[in-house]
Amino acid sequence: MVKSESELTWKDLEIGSVVVEPGSASQYETGGWRSQRPSFDNSKCIKCGICYIFCPDACIEQNTEGYFEANLFYCKGCGICARECWTQAITMIEEEE
Amino acid sequence: MAKRVGMEVSLAVAEVAKLANVDVVAAYPITPQTHIVEHLAELVANGELDAAYIPVESEHSAMSACLGASAVGARTFTATAGQGLELMHEVLYVASSMRLPMVMTVANRALSSPLSVWGDHSDVMAVRDTGWIQIFAENGQQVIDNVLCAFCIAEDQRVLLPVMVHLDGFHLTHMIEPILLPEQSEVDRFIPPYHHPFPLDPDKPVTMGTFAPPIIYSEAKKAQEVNLRAAKKVILEYWDKFGKSFGRYYHPVECYLSEEAKVLLLTMGSFSETAMAAVDKMREEGKDVGLVRLRLWRPFPFEEIRQAVKNAEVLIVLDRALSFGGPAGPVCSEIRSALYNEDRKPKVISFVGGLGGRDITVTGFEKIINRGIEISQTGSEQEFEMFGVRE
Repeated sequence: MVKSESELTWKDLEIGSVVVEPGSASQYETGGWRSQRPSFDNSKCIKCGICYIFCPDACIEQNTEGYFEANLFYCKGCGICARECWTQAITMIEEEE
Repeated sequence: MAKRVGMEVSLAVAEVAKLANVDVVAAYPITPQTHIVEHLAELVANGELDAAYIPVESEHSAMSACLGASAVGARTFTATAGQGLELMHEVLYVASSMRLPMVMTVANRALSSPLSVWGDHSDVMAVRDTGWIQIFAENGQQVIDNVLCAFCIAEDQRVLLPVMVHLDGFHLTHMIEPILLPEQSEVDRFIPPYHHPFPLDPDKPVTMGTFAPPIIYSEAKKAQEVNLRAAKKVILEYWDKFGKSFGRYYHPVECYLSEEAKVLLLTMGSFSETAMAAVDKMREEGKDVGLVRLRLWRPFPFEEIRQAVKNAEVLIVLDRALSFGGPAGPVCSEIRSALYNEDRKPKVISFVGGLGGRDITVTGFEKIINRGIEISQTGSEQEFEMFGVRE
């Protein structure tokens, strides 16, 4: 996308608001919906990957050390990862204003 | 050369859709539109029309199937009426917003309850703001002429919008009229081939009907509004081209003996022909009356209306629909809005009549005009009057 959504004028839109660029949903920052974010305590993490499997947004990624991190651009803060984590290595903490 | 044939108007509509070589028809039968889609089903089943006929379980599905057909670039046709149009309602907005051209004939019908299968404009008024181009016809010839024009208008690259052609239920759909059906070669010359710039194509994927957060929705709506207004120019072009090709000319506002008349009546749809006879009769009696007929309902022809009525003292508008608890009949409200800021404008009087198939005769129109003149002088306690209701 040449312009961001906030810069697009009505004249910039394609006919019928068709989006011609494939995969453009990846540019949508759903992280803006979040009121809590997951905090990972790697000392408790057994690298089982259950958080990775359960994340409904597929926003959890494994880093080079084998630990897991949430991509906060997409993470909506639903808390499913914290609920499912067997060792309670993930806690949800409030996003500050 | 076209042949003049005696034919039921509904069957003529199906024949002209065939002449337009439609690719897809998705429809659900409903009175008084049934004969149109029945005859199309026959034409497809008999192998006379090479099209996909999709029988669906409801009008909601009919319109949804039409969206898909139009999106792959197929020439798409459907027809409905009354309750069926209401059941399509939410999908109608999607068709116009996604800029998917198609043609739909609407056999205008009253809405329940009480159940009425007969004609009025209640169904049209409920879909006024759906973003479709909407054209009214007054007789069978005008219906089929405008169905032909509707394909050209809808599919033009500058427009790409769905078009409704309105014909009054029973008063038009079930009439046998002398109709000039054009030759296939004439139709082929008149309607250009259709190419949507963004058809659904697995080799060139696009996202249609996408999600719009608050930061972009208003821009999408502004684009749609500008496009619908700009379509008027293209509609005029095709009406002019049609006139040059077939000798019958159409205008957004049709004037009949209205130029210098002090009192004007305004009608829409099939009642206009009866209103003409009433105007003729009153003219013979030396009364200074004329008739204005609204053909293009959307986009609304503001300039043409202002021009057509500016010299009149009284403008009497007959609506065939009620706006319950509102200021007037829906057409009259729009006419008043169009004139409100003008320096020179007639007094606008609102009548509602012809509901649920009730006829208004020549004498009836004379009464409406005379009562309208009376109200313009004495005023009325009511916002509008219902004509012909037994007290």
